[in-house]
Amino acid sequence: MVAQMEQISVSAMKMSQRVLLAVHDLHVWYELRRFGFGHAGYVKAVDGVSFELVAGETVAVVGESGCGKSSLMKTILGLNIPTSGEVIFNGVNLSELKGLALRGYRFQVGYVQQDPYGALPPFMSVQQILEEPLIISGVKDKDERLVRIRKVMDEVKLHPADDFLPKFPHMLSGGQQQRIVIARAMIRGPKLIVADEPVSMLDASVRVEILKLLSNLQAEHHLSVIYITHDLSTVKYFSARIFVMYAGNLIEKAATRDLLKNPLHPYTMALLAATSDPDAHNAEAFKDVPPGEPPSLVKPPAGCRFHPRCAKAIAGLCDVKAPPDFEPEPEHFVSCWLYQ
Amino acid sequence: MSVDKLLQVNNLVLHFSTTNGAVQAVDGVDFQLDYHRAVVVLGESGCGKTSFSKAILRLLPRNVKRYDGHVYLQGNDVMQYDEEEYRKNVRWVAMSLVPQAAMNALNPVLKVGEQVAEPAMIHLGVSKAEAMQQARRMFQHVGVPEDFLNRYPFELSGGMRQRVALAMALVTSPSLIVLDEPTSALDLLTQANIMNVLKRIKQELGTSFILITHDIATSSELADEVAIMYAGQIVEVAHAKDFFPAPLHPYSQMLMASVPRLRSESDPMFITGQPPSLIDLPKGCRFAARCPFRFEKCSEEPPVVQKGDRKVKCWLHV
Repeated sequence: MVAQMEQISVSAMKMSQRVLLAVHDLHVWYELRRFGFGHAGYVKAVDGVSFELVAGETVAVVGESGCGKSSLMKTILGLNIPTSGEVIFNGVNLSELKGLALRGYRFQVGYVQQDPYGALPPFMSVQQILEEPLIISGVKDKDERLVRIRKVMDEVKLHPADDFLPKFPHMLSGGQQQRIVIARAMIRGPKLIVADEPVSMLDASVRVEILKLLSNLQAEHHLSVIYITHDLSTVKYFSARIFVMYAGNLIEKAATRDLLKNPLHPYTMALLAATSDPDAHNAEAFKDVPPGEPPSLVKPPAGCRFHPRCAKAIAGLCDVKAPPDFEPEPEHFVSCWLYQ
Repeated sequence: MSVDKLLQVNNLVLHFSTTNGAVQAVDGVDFQLDYHRAVVVLGESGCGKTSFSKAILRLLPRNVKRYDGHVYLQGNDVMQYDEEEYRKNVRWVAMSLVPQAAMNALNPVLKVGEQVAEPAMIHLGVSKAEAMQQARRMFQHVGVPEDFLNRYPFELSGGMRQRVALAMALVTSPSLIVLDEPTSALDLLTQANIMNVLKRIKQELGTSFILITHDIATSSELADEVAIMYAGQIVEVAHAKDFFPAPLHPYSQMLMASVPRLRSESDPMFITGQPPSLIDLPKGCRFAARCPFRFEKCSEEPPVVQKGDRKVKCWLHV
C-alpha cells in the first residue's frame, strides 16, 4: 500500500501536472458579535493558506483542534464563503458559482465525515440514503438508480448489496456505516474526496480496512483526496504529501516520506514525538511536549503563531514578523525563521 | 484472600436485561492488580470493557439481570458490603472512576474548584475549606494553574477539563483509579500531556490505574500489565514488556498487527468479520469464527492456561 502511494505521487508529478484544486491566499474569518449586535473581532480560522492539488493526488492535512482545518475543508466543499482569497476547482473560481452551478460543484467533491453514525439519517434505509444524491441530481429512472447503487455497494465491498439495502444505519457496524458514507460520497463520481478523520471513530482493527478501501478506490478512480487527520501513524498509508496546519496557517508542506523522516518545523517535530508506537518502553519515560495551548484565533500572537511555545524561538524575530515559506529542500516548504 | 494484591476479581459477572435478551457484558472475568501498578484493559467496541469498569465500581443501571462474583479490594470482599458501606468505604474513597468523555460530564454551572472539592466533602466528610485545599493540591498534581479553581468548565480547553476530571478522581486519595478512554477525544499533544500527568501521579502518589481503552499505541505509555478483553471475557493477561513484542492469543496478535506504526514499515492488516453480539454468544471459543488458527477443539470453551507469568485463554496453548 505504501509503495502504491509513492508510485502515484511520482506519476502525479510526471503527468500533465493538471491542477485540480488551487487555493490562493485563502482567508476565512468568522465575525464575532457581542450581544448579537456589536462587532467584537474576528475568529481568523484560515489566515493565508495556499496550495495546489494535482488530479489523482492524495494530501493529508494534519493539525489539532482549533487549527482551522475544518473551516478550510468547509470552504473547499463550498459550504463557507471565503473572506478573501480564491478556491479554484478545475479552472473555475468557486466564488463565481451560484445556484445550480454551485450545486453541480458540490457533486464533484465528495465528503466523508468523521462520525459515520452521525452522518447517516437514522430514519432512512441504506437504499434511500444512496438514492438521495441521485434523485437530487436528476436521475429519474428508478432502475438506473438501482444499478448505480449496486455498483457503488460493490465498490465499497458490501456484499451482497441486496442484504444491506433495506437496513437502517443502527443495524450496521461502525465499519459498515462508514462504507455507506463512502458509497454516498462516491455515488456521483466525484473527482475530489474530502475525508475528515474518516476512521478515528472506528475500532483499531477496522481502521486499516477502511483506509485500504479508500486507497483502492482512489487508485481505481484516479481521485484526489484530502485526508484530514491528527493520527500521524496512518498518514504514510494514505497520502503522498502532508500539510501541517497550525492556528490558521499551513506551516509545513512536504512529501510524506520526507516529512516523516525529516520534519523541519518545531511543531511538526513535537507532533511526531508525541505519536506513540505500541512499545512497552514508552512507560519508562516522559514525553517532551511543548508547553501551553494553541493560540486563540481571535488574537493570535504577533509574528510566528507558534513562537510562545517554541523552544527554538529567536527573540526579536519570531515574535515580531510572521515567517514566509522557505524551501530548504526541494519540494519541502516550511514557514519558520530557522530556515531563512 | 491475599492482602498483598490491591485488587483481586474472581469470576465477575454482569448481565443486563434488554427486550432482545440478556446482554452478557462481563462474563466470568478474573483479574488482579498490584499496588502502584497500571494495567491496561484493551478491547474494541462491544467487548464489555466499560461494563467491566462499572461492575468493579458497582455503578449499576436498573436493568441488571445478574451481578455476582468476588471483588477483593485490599483484601476485603467488597461485594458483600451493602450500599451505604460501599459508598462510605469504597466508591471514591478507595477506588474512583474517570468515565468516558469525563470532560463533558463536568457540571456547567459550578466552578471547577468546587466540583473537585465535592467528593472530598461528601465521601470523606471534611469541611469545605479543607476540601478546597485538597483540590488546590490536586490541581498542582495534574498541572492546572491554581487560578483556574474559580473558573467554569466552559472557560477551559478539552485537555484542561480532562485534567480537572482526573483531579476530581484523585481528591480523596484513592489507591486505585479506573480511567475509561481518558484521551480518546483529545488532540495529540494534549494526549501526550495527559499521559505524562498519569505517569507523574503514579510516581509521586503511587496510585494504581486500570486504563480502559481501544487506543493500543497510547496505552503503552502507561501500561505495566496488559489484559485483552473480547466478547465479555479476558482472553490474555501479561506484563507489558512480554505482551507488546509477542502477544499469544490469536485475537491479540491480530489486534497488534492492525495498529499502524509511525516508525516501522509494517503493512498493517485488519481482522475480518465482527465480534459476536453479547446477547447471542456462540458456544465454545468466542473468537473461533474469526480465528485463522481454529480447529475442532475450539467448539469447546477454552480454559485459561498459565504460561509463566502470562495467562491465555486458548486451546492452542494447552
